[in-house]
Amino acid sequence: MSDIRPGFRYTKSHEWVKVEGDTATIGITDHAQEELGDIVYIELPEVGRVLSADDVFGTVESVKAVSELYAPVSGEVVAVNEALSGSEAAINESPYETGWMITVKLKDPAEAGKLLDPDAYRSQIGE
Amino acid sequence: MLRTPLYEAHRKADARLVPFAGWEMPVQYRGVLDECRAVRGGAGLFDVSHMGRVRVRGEGALPFLQYLTVNDVSKLSPGGGEAQYSLLCRDAGGIIDDIIVYRLREHEFIVVVNASNRDKDLHWMQHHAVRREHLVLEDETPQTALIAVQGPQAVDLVDALSDREVAALPRFGLDESVVAGVQTVVARTGYTGEDGVELFCRAHEARALWQALVDKGGVPCGLGARDTLRLEAALPLYGHEMDEHTPPYEARLGWVVKTKKPGDFLGKNALTQLKNAPRHRVLVGLEMEGRGIPREGYPVHAESPDGATVGRVTSGTFSPQRSKGIALARVEAAHAADGTRLDVLIRDARHAACVVPLPFYKNV
Repeated sequence: MSDIRPGFRYTKSHEWVKVEGDTATIGITDHAQEELGDIVYIELPEVGRVLSADDVFGTVESVKAVSELYAPVSGEVVAVNEALSGSEAAINESPYETGWMITVKLKDPAEAGKLLDPDAYRSQIGE
Repeated sequence: MLRTPLYEAHRKADARLVPFAGWEMPVQYRGVLDECRAVRGGAGLFDVSHMGRVRVRGEGALPFLQYLTVNDVSKLSPGGGEAQYSLLCRDAGGIIDDIIVYRLREHEFIVVVNASNRDKDLHWMQHHAVRREHLVLEDETPQTALIAVQGPQAVDLVDALSDREVAALPRFGLDESVVAGVQTVVARTGYTGEDGVELFCRAHEARALWQALVDKGGVPCGLGARDTLRLEAALPLYGHEMDEHTPPYEARLGWVVKTKKPGDFLGKNALTQLKNAPRHRVLVGLEMEGRGIPREGYPVHAESPDGATVGRVTSGTFSPQRSKGIALARVEAAHAADGTRLDVLIRDARHAACVVPLPFYKNV
């Protein structure tokens, strides 16, 4: 069974969001990293980029597959996990902690409430 | 969906199964990187039973295969025991499939074809077998299995289970041997750039043979690792580096075509002409300078901010061996020299690459 964190929100495209005040940290779920397999390359946006929900904010690649990353919420990118570049295995090993990807300053702090809660995400992935 | 005789073993081992050329095949077990490491450093096991196996028998077998294929089958030892890489080509020179012809005995061969081309190849073979005498063609894919054991420890691993000395086989040599109590044909062939063997056996004994190989330390590997390993070894894959519109000379396969072999063969006239014609497009190896990963279909441009498109990636991957993106690409001949700097277009951004000597990796 996949690790699904309580208190986080999720998307159908397998990103997670952790909201703290007016910022949100974003990554991909344990289920997503498992499906992708060994991750060997990531492209992330620059700090300062303004994202709307559902925008492509980056790309993650395993040995065999390319997968786009979709912004779960709208806001300005205020931090990017630069440590992932060259150490992408961290996304496989720790998708919710050292594998985080970006932090955004939320345009609308209520927006994340519309995303999937842990139970809804678990049924989404058929577990 | 077709299943190989090892399907249950893959399920029990928690392999991830995916559809491939009509078969339900393991794409990975523990992970592609782990499996590549196992093959480069030890011994990996691959279920390649989805590949087609056609037995060709009778006194008419040699002349038939000589006409059907572009390599010189008469070079295989008359008593059997040797194999060769070859191609089936259309009259116009396009490639129908790439194959390996195994000569078991004077009048008995096994032709191994790609799973994706099996029906097409069988039809082609049967069409050209009409009115030939002393010739029997038999698709024995469903009744048999094929297991590849690959890596620097592969030959020792199989030797320890075999009643014949596998280590004595030369590259592309083959022998009949009982391995772990199972009657097999052992051939020193493979598709990984490593030493190793491929074992043909009857379907109902495949599970026992697979288990014996696992018990001896063989690491089950999926199609994901197989594709990455073959690309590092610059071994072409049908449908990617070659197809019916690609002559062998544009797929680095000119060496396979023996235009001067005795007798006529399918494609001979066209291939003889193409052999002496100028090359417009060439298959080359690319290594990325930065960290981007080239993928099939990505355009390749001449270096410079407005350099024109000069080709396209035919296969690309992350290479565990080089820790870089690598690709095979078909490019205009003027841009094919080793050391030429080119750009690969990845998601609308130019990424610098360099034409490098092939293979990217080889340990045979």
